Amino acid sequence: MVPPPPDTSTTFTAREHARAQGTRRVDHQPTVPAADAVGVADEAGVPVATERMLWDDKIGPGGDSSRVLPRGAALRLTDVDGDACANLLVYNAAQPQERLNVADTVKVQWQAYLGAGSLLLSDMGRVLLSITGDTCGTHDALCGASNQLRNSRKYGNGGVHSAYPNARDRFAVALAKHGLGRRDIVPNVNFFKGVRVEPDGALTFVGDGSQPGATVELRAELPVIVVIANTPHVLDPRPTYDVGPLRITAWTDAPTTRDDARWHAAPEGERAFLQTEEFVLTLDGGSPSGTSP
Amino acid sequence: MNGESVLHDEVVEARAPWSHVVEPGCTLRIVDLEGNQAVDCILYNADDTAERYSAPDTIVAQGNVFLVAGSELLSNEGRPMMTITATSCERHDTIGGACSRESNALRYGFHTRHEHACVDNFLLAHSGRGMGKRDMTSNINWFMNVPVEADGTLGIVDGISSPGLTVDLRAHMRVLAVISNCPQINNPCNAFNPTPIRVVISR
Repeated sequence: MVPPPPDTSTTFTAREHARAQGTRRVDHQPTVPAADAVGVADEAGVPVATERMLWDDKIGPGGDSSRVLPRGAALRLTDVDGDACANLLVYNAAQPQERLNVADTVKVQWQAYLGAGSLLLSDMGRVLLSITGDTCGTHDALCGASNQLRNSRKYGNGGVHSAYPNARDRFAVALAKHGLGRRDIVPNVNFFKGVRVEPDGALTFVGDGSQPGATVELRAELPVIVVIANTPHVLDPRPTYDVGPLRITAWTDAPTTRDDARWHAAPEGERAFLQTEEFVLTLDGGSPSGTSP
Repeated sequence: MNGESVLHDEVVEARAPWSHVVEPGCTLRIVDLEGNQAVDCILYNADDTAERYSAPDTIVAQGNVFLVAGSELLSNEGRPMMTITATSCERHDTIGGACSRESNALRYGFHTRHEHACVDNFLLAHSGRGMGKRDMTSNINWFMNVPVEADGTLGIVDGISSPGLTVDLRAHMRVLAVISNCPQINNPCNAFNPTPIRVVISR
């Protein structure tokens, strides 16, 4: 038996009908407030106090989420079922014309592959995010994001309204909410799906490096706008639009300081941290070691 | 390029920026006059500059990080902008990015912070066209050599170009080509000696 349609014939019954939906829960949705997230522990395994929670969201295939995070925030990406692909862009929230530069990221650090210890560098020679932990090991800083044309050819559609959203348009929508637009979409990084460069320059997709529950731990070294889509990697050979859910969790913590080994791990990185610190000193309430602004 | 009509022919000074629109069907030739001169290059759809060259789309479509004869240069919307119809240099780079004063400081030290760099050239070229920093994106480095080792180590090493080598690019749309004749002196991309290039547009 098909249930009878709800009575939405008047404003009063329509309001009642709308409000009755508020307690529904679905697989892919944010926890609001984030403090209600259950069982979040930091990298050391210490439970995160509820008042430090900033963000807890789970995005399904083709979804996106974005947030402004304070300097020092810890950001965890979790590959829930072992098949997520986190397409990530990041901007300096204090001056968004400063943004991720993947070419500088790989060139300055003399390393094409991202992992624990990698710094995601801006085009102004500063650290936007540092990768503090990684239980997956296969990521990608070279292959970028899908677009409408590519997904239309591969899946039959690519619009964000379709079952096969492309990452580029997801970025465009998310960025617009932060006052940014298509001109601001630069090459992104992808977490949980990797690529390797062969001696002849050929690109080899590495799609089996992750497992359920794998995490990437990041640290905001500046106040940042983080934009994340969860769409299939552009080199994923599967003909179907396969991508697993992605959980995003963030809480307040402290930025990398001179006391951390990561600060001194490489001369290029140390200078990047110094240039980051130089910028922070000019922010309102900025302090090189503090957790504000 | 016999039998073709030359629309524009110019020598770009060492360390200088250059930009020009290349109409569909026209060919832009870049000549490495003295050898081992990196030529940083960004392409824009001249009618909608939000559409621009995309290194990721280009290398994914051809399954290889090196640009060679036949490589199709794709936009961020996945559309062909130009094709490398011929080149006498074995390969070109598109993952090494453009040097900037800010990244030079990281790579070589703070003493390089006031040296001229490609990003400043691009920003200067953009400033005359109502464009700016938001228009900075991935680029091509003609005649530059960036190998990637098995462990992921990558870097700019000695060039594989020589005097007189060329690359020919045929436009598939109205392309605004913006070039920085790279001023870098801290790595071998210009053999530590930036030199002039020649740019020729023909139909």
